[in-house]
Amino acid sequence: MNALYVADGAPPSLPGITEAAPTLDWWLLAPYLVVFGAGVLAVLFEAFVPKRSLRPVQITVAAAALIAAFALIVLQVETVGAGGAMIAGGVLAVDGTVLFLQGTIAVLALVSLMLIAERRDGRDAFSAQAATVPGSEEERRHILAGSQHTEVYPLVLFAVLGMLMFPAANDFLTMFIALEVMSLPLYLLCALARRRRLFSQEAAVKYFLLGAFSSAFFLFGIAMVYGYAGSVNFAAIRAAVESGGAEIFAQGDGEPLLIMGIGLVAIGLLFKVGAVPFHNWKPDVYQGAPTPITALMASCTLVAAFGALLRVFFVPFGGSVEIWEPMLWTVAILTMVVAAFIAVTQRDVKRLLAYSSVVHAGFILTAVIASSTEGLAGAMFYLAAYGFTTLGAFAIVTLVRTRDGGQELGDLDGWAGLGRRSPGLALALSLFLLAFAGIPLTSGFIGKFAVFEAAVAAGATPLVVVGVLSSAVTAFFYVRIIVVMFFRDSEGEGPTVARAGVLTGGVITVGVAATLALGIFPGPVLDNLLPSSETGGEPAAVMIYQVTDGGTTD
Amino acid sequence: MIPWLTLAIALPAIGAIVIWALPRVKTSETATTAARAEASASGAAGSGGTAVKTRPATGTGTAGAASAETAKRIALFFSVATLALVAAMAWNFDTAGAGGLQFEEVYPWIPYFGVHFALGVDGIALVLILMSVILVPLVVLAAWNEHSDREDGGRGYFALILALEAMMIGVFAATDVFLFYVFFEAMLIPVYFMIGRYGRGADRAKAAMKFLLYSLAGGLIMLVAVIGVYVIGGTFLWSELTAPGSPLAAVDPATARWLFLGFFIAFAIKAPMWPVHTWLPGAAGSSSPGTAVLLVGVLDKVGTYGMLRFCLELFPAAVSWFVWPVVALSLVSIIYGAILAIGQSDMMRLVAYTSVSHFGFITLGIFALTPQAQAGAALYMVNHGFATGALFLIVGFLIARRGSSRIEDFGGVQKVAPKLAGVFLITGLAGLALPGLAPFVSEFLVFVGVYAFNPIPAVISVVGVVLAALYILWMYQRTMTGPTKESLSGTTDLSARETWAVAPLIALIIAFGVYPQPLLNVINPAVERTVEIGADTASTTANAEGDTEEGDEE
Repeated sequence: MNALYVADGAPPSLPGITEAAPTLDWWLLAPYLVVFGAGVLAVLFEAFVPKRSLRPVQITVAAAALIAAFALIVLQVETVGAGGAMIAGGVLAVDGTVLFLQGTIAVLALVSLMLIAERRDGRDAFSAQAATVPGSEEERRHILAGSQHTEVYPLVLFAVLGMLMFPAANDFLTMFIALEVMSLPLYLLCALARRRRLFSQEAAVKYFLLGAFSSAFFLFGIAMVYGYAGSVNFAAIRAAVESGGAEIFAQGDGEPLLIMGIGLVAIGLLFKVGAVPFHNWKPDVYQGAPTPITALMASCTLVAAFGALLRVFFVPFGGSVEIWEPMLWTVAILTMVVAAFIAVTQRDVKRLLAYSSVVHAGFILTAVIASSTEGLAGAMFYLAAYGFTTLGAFAIVTLVRTRDGGQELGDLDGWAGLGRRSPGLALALSLFLLAFAGIPLTSGFIGKFAVFEAAVAAGATPLVVVGVLSSAVTAFFYVRIIVVMFFRDSEGEGPTVARAGVLTGGVITVGVAATLALGIFPGPVLDNLLPSSETGGEPAAVMIYQVTDGGTTD
Repeated sequence: MIPWLTLAIALPAIGAIVIWALPRVKTSETATTAARAEASASGAAGSGGTAVKTRPATGTGTAGAASAETAKRIALFFSVATLALVAAMAWNFDTAGAGGLQFEEVYPWIPYFGVHFALGVDGIALVLILMSVILVPLVVLAAWNEHSDREDGGRGYFALILALEAMMIGVFAATDVFLFYVFFEAMLIPVYFMIGRYGRGADRAKAAMKFLLYSLAGGLIMLVAVIGVYVIGGTFLWSELTAPGSPLAAVDPATARWLFLGFFIAFAIKAPMWPVHTWLPGAAGSSSPGTAVLLVGVLDKVGTYGMLRFCLELFPAAVSWFVWPVVALSLVSIIYGAILAIGQSDMMRLVAYTSVSHFGFITLGIFALTPQAQAGAALYMVNHGFATGALFLIVGFLIARRGSSRIEDFGGVQKVAPKLAGVFLITGLAGLALPGLAPFVSEFLVFVGVYAFNPIPAVISVVGVVLAALYILWMYQRTMTGPTKESLSGTTDLSARETWAVAPLIALIIAFGVYPQPLLNVINPAVERTVEIGADTASTTANAEGDTEEGDEE
């Protein structure tokens, strides 16, 4: 036993495998544990709490867990400091970037939860009983009985746990586990729409199958990288990349493995981000999923996925920019151009927002390509700004409904005359759309400026030119929605607008406030991300073991 | 020290907020539907172009009109107060130091990007701001009843005018490139709604969209150049960027040319210069006359002002390379705009095309790079604002009487409304630069200056003057002289309100036509500074080119 148990800190003989029981820093692990614990508790509540009081209990637990996680993350900022720390035996990193992204995810998840918990006439956005056949007598009975799926809340908590881990993972296996923890509840949640259930189930199956494919690519890429570097740990991979691979590749013939590994891992991550050509799931899933879940995916999942993408390209592969740069250039250009043009042809609001999310992913990719600290800070700001705006936009989508049956009205032509019917709502949506289009005095403009500035400073000017031309195209369809709402009279009755409840109204208010505040006074957030050299202070936009043009941080 | 410029921006902005915040008067259900029916009826009438404008029945009018009446008074009060404030500021302006920036205010805004809320005016900016704040109250006055048949009685329109006024002052006063860009882009939004929501005709939504997309596309191209300026120059402050020894001055000519082009395209679209002028006739034709005054009189000046202030002064090294292409485009604009103006059957579009021609003179004067030509161009910007503004207002009065802007619907107005015909003739003659009226002085200065630069473009541009006589006098002849049409026999002459709206402009046109010295005293020092910069660098680049040639020979 003693021969295997290395307790005095001597290096393990097999790289990547730790025989020592890791010392756990419970304080730094607390946010994960809170969310995980709440999720497990919520599952137990499903079994033991009486049906009547189940919903309020579940909502309270979920909200309390998210608030507590956010509070812990904020408190950790002080403890961790500039250097960052490793926890759980080096599988999770805690540094400025991780804490910023986790804090963003926690807040955005909390806001999404408000949408998820919203009920109209005693009914939420989710199917009464997902196991029944759509359109069957059994389903009707469940609807009449007022059945509901309170399992939604534990599922959301587990998904959020995955999202918190995804950008913090410091080795590929943890990252893969986080990816699955995040994705599996989402596949389920996508299938739970109350209305157009077949459509929703189709979306979920599509998401699941394509997601499984991308996971396979990701795993295969991990295997390649492991073969090259002899480790799945990011720091070890970084060292291996710098020294030309594991010992067996002393002659420098390991490069093909690394190239394949980077490519395959990138496919897995770019799929989650929804970059062209891995974007096909996005419009279908966004359209089919219950809108509150779409909002959750469009904000939190995107933040988490980009957090992971940034870490992978800045830490383990930070030393091999020349390999992935041409690849990401191609993907970024394709994403910005193709998605913008396809979006112009869309008639459905949710599909349009999905394609818009793809285009935005392309814009953020330009910051990844910049491969600099400014790029990191820009991407982080962009993600936070975009998350709030997109939540607000989807909250409005939940309110506009058809006159018969009261389901959400996706078709844009049906939105005509909304500006006259409910001017406040139409104005709020216009603000969000202008922010998407990047008009000054909105957060979208500052975000776009930040990522494009980083890209130009890194010499990627052609990419930025493509970016602004694509913005011009996207502006067309954002503005077209404004035209439909304000300048066109509705044919016939037009849409009904459900009265915004406290929760949905709160989401829209938060969205408007964040969009304006980050657009007019972005100073505090940006300074926090990357203080100017004069003021000093510790930047939040820093990753442990980061390798960028700005230098290496250990 | 009084922060004049901040106050001048804040005052109309507050006015806009006050109007928006006015309590909405609840109209009874029947009144609302009646008003709606009325609005759609008048919309149909507008598209037909033949029916007489409908007036709201008093019963429906009173409910919504109560707040609209207040809104008009508030708008008039705030615009006159702004005029008084700016006049007081101009009184304190030190004419002797008009070449440098005065009333400077610099506050940090977004330290992360080194963005400042920096304001300041030199002679040119001062006269343009003065022109803008003079036009706004007159537009408010002229548009008094223009929108009373709309649901909100036009109060949204007046709020938009004030919001636009704040941004117009901001865009001319900004001495931070980023701040300038923010105002430059944000200005589009109020104008977009002014055309699309409060415009005329069925095509107004399309025209508004075209206007917005053209401007946005130009603005986004400029965004790349703005980022480039920041990355190279390290600051956004105009005073630091143009200071001797700034990194921007030392940039290699090829980069300077690209940056110049980025700014120039945006300004050329705004100006509007052939071949990117195509949005203007549609936008002006679909605008209400008040909007057209601000659009053509002030907004388009931002383009020419930007060329003078940013293209010439930030990238002096690139200027010599662009002189001939821009001169050629200007000549095309002059003649093409004039010829198309002759062929128009719609008065609003006709005046818009004359502006394309006049803007050709302005850009020609700017890029001739001689002191007289630039002084003439700067003076022309002001005079054109007054003359074309007056012309649009009077066409607006005709539209209010006849419900149509087509030339063929008029004829013989002279006999029934002699005062109206009189002011129409005077402003028309100002448009064709009759000696004794203000535009003559500026056009003459441009000719002299351009002749000193090179006789050929000067001679070609004279053709524009001949054509101007043709389109103005022919329009006058077709609308005012001849037998009075049956439908026009009841036409009323100018009302007191209308007289007050145009009389100040005509007084200014005559006053500056006879004695332009006060304006020139303020403009000349500022122009001399630009010319100096241009001349300096032209000689240094010539030397540099000489050097490289010598180098090649070695």
